Amino acid sequence: MEECKIRVLVAKPGLDGHDRGAKVIARALRDGGMEVIYTGLHQTPEQVVEAAIQEDVDVIGLSILSGAHMTIFPRVKQLLLENGADNIMLIGGGTMPEEDVQALILSGDAKALFTPGTSTEDIITWIRQSVYSGESA
Amino acid sequence: MSDRLKSIEAKQKAWQERYNQSKQRGAKFMTVSSEPIKELYTPADIADFDFERDLAFPGQYPYTRGVQTNMYRGRLWTMRQFAGFASAKETNERFKFLLAKGQTGLSVAFDMPTIMGYDSDYPRSFGEVGRVGVAIDSLQDMETLFEGIPLDKVSTSMTTNAPASILWAMYIATAEKQGVASEKLNGTIQNDILKEYIAQKSWIFPPHPSMRIITDIFKFAKEHVPKWNTISISGYHIREAGATALQELAFTLADGFAYVEAGIAAGLDVDDFAPRLSFFFNSHTDFFEEVAKYRAARRIWARRMHEKYGAKDEKSLLLRFHTQTAGCSLTAQQPENNIVRTAFQALAAVMGGTQSLHTNSMDEVLALPTEKAVQIALRTQQLIAYETGVANTIDPLAGSYFVEAMTNRMEQGAEEYFQKIDALGGVLAAIDKNFFQQEIADAAFRYQKEIERKDRIIVGVNDFVQTENLTIDLLKIDPEIEREQVQRLQKLRATRDNDRVQATLADLRQAAASTDNLIPKILASVKAYATQGEIVNVLREVFGEYKEKAVF
Repeated sequence: MEECKIRVLVAKPGLDGHDRGAKVIARALRDGGMEVIYTGLHQTPEQVVEAAIQEDVDVIGLSILSGAHMTIFPRVKQLLLENGADNIMLIGGGTMPEEDVQALILSGDAKALFTPGTSTEDIITWIRQSVYSGESA
Repeated sequence: MSDRLKSIEAKQKAWQERYNQSKQRGAKFMTVSSEPIKELYTPADIADFDFERDLAFPGQYPYTRGVQTNMYRGRLWTMRQFAGFASAKETNERFKFLLAKGQTGLSVAFDMPTIMGYDSDYPRSFGEVGRVGVAIDSLQDMETLFEGIPLDKVSTSMTTNAPASILWAMYIATAEKQGVASEKLNGTIQNDILKEYIAQKSWIFPPHPSMRIITDIFKFAKEHVPKWNTISISGYHIREAGATALQELAFTLADGFAYVEAGIAAGLDVDDFAPRLSFFFNSHTDFFEEVAKYRAARRIWARRMHEKYGAKDEKSLLLRFHTQTAGCSLTAQQPENNIVRTAFQALAAVMGGTQSLHTNSMDEVLALPTEKAVQIALRTQQLIAYETGVANTIDPLAGSYFVEAMTNRMEQGAEEYFQKIDALGGVLAAIDKNFFQQEIADAAFRYQKEIERKDRIIVGVNDFVQTENLTIDLLKIDPEIEREQVQRLQKLRATRDNDRVQATLADLRQAAASTDNLIPKILASVKAYATQGEIVNVLREVFGEYKEKAVF
């Protein structure tokens, strides 16, 4: 199992250009031994899902700092379902009020959300555990 | 002097031995930019310091001590809080409230679609209308935004870059409708496209046509809007993206010199436009590093403008700047601590001689600020101005061995970066080679790792952590705003003179393909109520669109 690298798409949807977090995470995951594809900025949900399927990733990480998380996560989740790709784990991070985080987790639109202050080590550990336990299940 | 230095150095050596044997608490002594800091600074650190050459007097070359003779004893800095949300009507009400409280300067925050040049009904705008600023689609919205606000009496700062020419034209047209001539208008457009490619990433067109629009603005302003600050050369976003203080300083000034060179290349005399260039810096929490950055910035700008670009007008030598405290320093954990962080940052900006200041609100790490949070942020500035006494004397940190050594180090470090950028072929070539982007990404990653290794302590994040965070009230934007804005826009398209719109846009298309100044054509389109999105589309057809090669 160790030889197949976890593939992660780090995606930056929305119109804003706040890519500091996305780039730090992308680099940390790469240093953590994962295969990372970074979409670049200003991606639509359609572009994100298309890239995820094309790149055959295990995980999509959305970075959102524009306040549009309540529309973007459900949209990406819906597109994954429509394309039969909901085996791809959808996670994310950014500036989101706690109640929105809870709502997105409860609705199943996001599997996990990491808000500012989370260590990249914790995110790497979480992804490893979740992907490997998903495979063995 | 040198005997005195020798004696000091001998005594310092003895002290150093004692210090080396003394207990140290094991922290990494470095700035927020990871620059190592020595245990002590003495006259030896500024051995070739020359008061007249390196400092002189406030309002005197090289302006290290400030751009005005009297600084804050003449007038305090402008307390200019950035505001904008929802629709033009809501923001107009907020502006009137602020003006009634005695504020004379306005600062407009636009929403993301407006910043990117999309109309509110464009599919990509969905969910983003009125969220992080006010939605402006056409002259109609701009008229609403300033309804009842006499534009000859206020100065207005507009944070717009790629489509700056269009929003500026809307402002000029709104003033004209109020009977205010463009010659009387005061204000600033950010209009700094280089830092968009480097850090903020709100671009539309490729660099060359973007630079042409900027020099067209310089020329038009010289003729018709002479009191306008045509650009606000911004380090703020470069810093927020992860740059160090030195990188912020060096990259911003390099951008500034690139604009100067573009203006000269477009046939302007340097003194025709350089007096209208202004700057915008960040203020992070490392107090002395920030103060040194501002002091070095003024000195570098003055020296280069004088020595390299041959500016004769004294105003061309003055680096005037706005400061905003560092949004990236705020923590979601224990958000009330952000009030304290912001206060230290604001103090650094004042000690560094800023011309205007925005203090962030404690809750901006989570959402747009509430009224209460904004009020505390503004009160922070008033406390500094009226209670601390720091505005009583000019440049009070001058002469500190540490501050002067840091200021020198900033200047030297910036010069080294200028050489690297020149070797790459200049700012545009360096952008194309991802030089700035990679430098910033590296610095951001290093900072994150320092926090994770606890080489750097962030209170409430990796130490002094509380399990139960205090929750604070957050501002919410009504999603109904977007629907109403889209309806207003569609009604405008149905009722305006569409033949006139098409004619002015055709005219603009022709000008874009030639070398004519674009601003009069944009102004004509705006007056015909062409929308921002329509005007951008015409220019995009001719100029194309920028594509980033993303690095991490």
